[in-house]
Amino acid sequence: MLTFTIRRLLLSIPTLLFISLVIFLLLQLAPGDPMAQVPLTVPPEVKEKMREALGLGQPIHIQYWKWLVQVFWIEPQVFIDYLTNRSTLFGWLPDTALSEGKLRVISWQTRSPVMDIVIQRMPQTLWVVGLAYIVGIVIAIPIGIYSAYRHYSVFDQAGTFITMVGFSIPPFFTGPLLIVIFSVTLGWLPSIYDTTHVVNDWASFKVQFMQMIMPVMVLALQTTAQISRYMRGAMLDNLNQDYVRTARAKGLKESVVVMVHVLRNSMIPVVTIIALGMPAIFGGAIITENVFKVNGIGQLLLTALRANDLPMVMTLTFIFAVLIVLFNLIADILYGLLDPRIRYD
Amino acid sequence: MTEQPIPASPVEADLEFMKALQDKGPQKPPRSQWRDVWDQFRKHKGALFGGSFLIFITLAVIFGPYIWDIDAKKLDIRNKDWRPIYTLLWDGDAKAGWIHPFGTDQLGRDILAQMLFGGRVSMAVGWMAMALALIIGTAIGVLSGFFKRMDFWLMRFTDLILSLPILPLVLLAVTLFGQPLRSQFGPEGGMFILIVSVISLTSWMQTARIVRGDILALKEREFILAARSIGTTPGKIIRRHLLPNVISPIMVSATLGLATAIITESALSFLGVGFPSDFPTWGKQLADAVDRMQEFPERVMLPGIAISLTVLAVNYLGDGLRDALDPRIRGR
Repeated sequence: MLTFTIRRLLLSIPTLLFISLVIFLLLQLAPGDPMAQVPLTVPPEVKEKMREALGLGQPIHIQYWKWLVQVFWIEPQVFIDYLTNRSTLFGWLPDTALSEGKLRVISWQTRSPVMDIVIQRMPQTLWVVGLAYIVGIVIAIPIGIYSAYRHYSVFDQAGTFITMVGFSIPPFFTGPLLIVIFSVTLGWLPSIYDTTHVVNDWASFKVQFMQMIMPVMVLALQTTAQISRYMRGAMLDNLNQDYVRTARAKGLKESVVVMVHVLRNSMIPVVTIIALGMPAIFGGAIITENVFKVNGIGQLLLTALRANDLPMVMTLTFIFAVLIVLFNLIADILYGLLDPRIRYD
Repeated sequence: MTEQPIPASPVEADLEFMKALQDKGPQKPPRSQWRDVWDQFRKHKGALFGGSFLIFITLAVIFGPYIWDIDAKKLDIRNKDWRPIYTLLWDGDAKAGWIHPFGTDQLGRDILAQMLFGGRVSMAVGWMAMALALIIGTAIGVLSGFFKRMDFWLMRFTDLILSLPILPLVLLAVTLFGQPLRSQFGPEGGMFILIVSVISLTSWMQTARIVRGDILALKEREFILAARSIGTTPGKIIRRHLLPNVISPIMVSATLGLATAIITESALSFLGVGFPSDFPTWGKQLADAVDRMQEFPERVMLPGIAISLTVLAVNYLGDGLRDALDPRIRGR
């Protein structure tokens, strides 16, 4: 198992390099001009100088190499500096100052390091996306178990229908739909997610809770639909197995048979599906963030695309790619750990 | 001697036994495989509904604009903001009428005509992207499964593409490459080509994997060995013997592909990076209506319901097809 993990980790390095190259070439081939926003009165030689200041005068392979160095070498140094300098956990260590005077990935929009902006935006996305995923899983698993246990019952039929509907309605429709119902007609929930809101007492927590309900539910609907279908399928596969009959014949209680024997075996594929679905929900968050005006990384990507901010787009897309590769790896390892029949070595 | 001689004195029990083995009723006429598939498919009510709704909506968007021949882009500012006909049920004074059954938008464009036209675009994108993705996926799957030399590299390539972040990349490609294609093929044509190719290039991987797995299993069967032994060329083996046998997983992934293509196209339009702003698609109508959904909720609902129902129908169709084409489930 350990050798498998190490091999997969090593294999993910060329994968990520390839992905970054694809994204980089895509951005290079694109005809967008970062100087398009500059006023026409600026003379061309000045424009040329500005272009060079952004690092655009260099040949493509040098630009790519510089981006790689900045992301994989300088950014970790900045992180170590932050740890030794300001964080409470490692603040007692001597200040390292590794990244002193080194050039980081700079956004063309704000002229500040891309990573700093990403770290500012990350908590909003993580809160909404993470909570939605957890809520989705918590709802989906009992539904899946019960529909499989009462196969073809009314609950099963209704559950299958609802998950199918939840699967089919896109988030850019459920979002406005919920806003119309709960914000406009009933006036219960706010339609815009206020990220500047600070939680410090019960009343402000309540406001935070209210504004999170709708974005979380919209994202959770997709997760619930998908995972409960898998859960039901996995439970159905296991309920007819011989070991279930044996467990019942031993005189075990029905709750023990279903909740311990069958559930544990059915969770194996479901856990990997949960891990694999994580990056997809980050992608889905792009739309949900747009609907509810959450300023997370999805919204950051959209604004950066519109403003032709290539370093920002490049880094953000690469972060999405890292997430996918990481969770694929986690899913594979989990599968091997949970299922003793799977042997990778 | 071809027949065993009948025993001179058969035991009573043996006679009984032979009688029991004989067929009592007349033999059923042989049934074709597709007839079985259809019978199983018919049992799945959702799939039947899905299939007929998909046919209905496809026919409606193809022929609808000829029957309801109001120009979807024609501005009629005097007749703006009509409500749909059903508002008359509870509000007799509402600005509504049979001239515009679904009402008109803030520029006086007829919503029914827009829906039909937008549906035509969405469905065209969906069908085209799905077909292209199927062709790419099947080709890669067959090549990878049949020719051992290409298998490793093609599958590594598929894995790489699978780990690309799809939605960000699609957004990126459509935003960045929109301009040159527009100048080449016109604003609508360029965007259509771009969206179809981007969606199909990012959604063929599942088909390729499934087809490869099936081909790998089929390749070892006796009928392929027989075909090979009489000197059939690899191309002919693929066309005659392998492709007809993998048609069912391809059909199932086709329905999935159609659903994702429709949703992706609408999402792009919704985010404002798809077709030009005066070109109605379902996603764009929905996005435009969100700003004024307090006064006119129906303008969000109508395109939203159209997208959702179509995708729901396609998903149900896929479910039914999967059941009908699976010989283990069929006939139970």
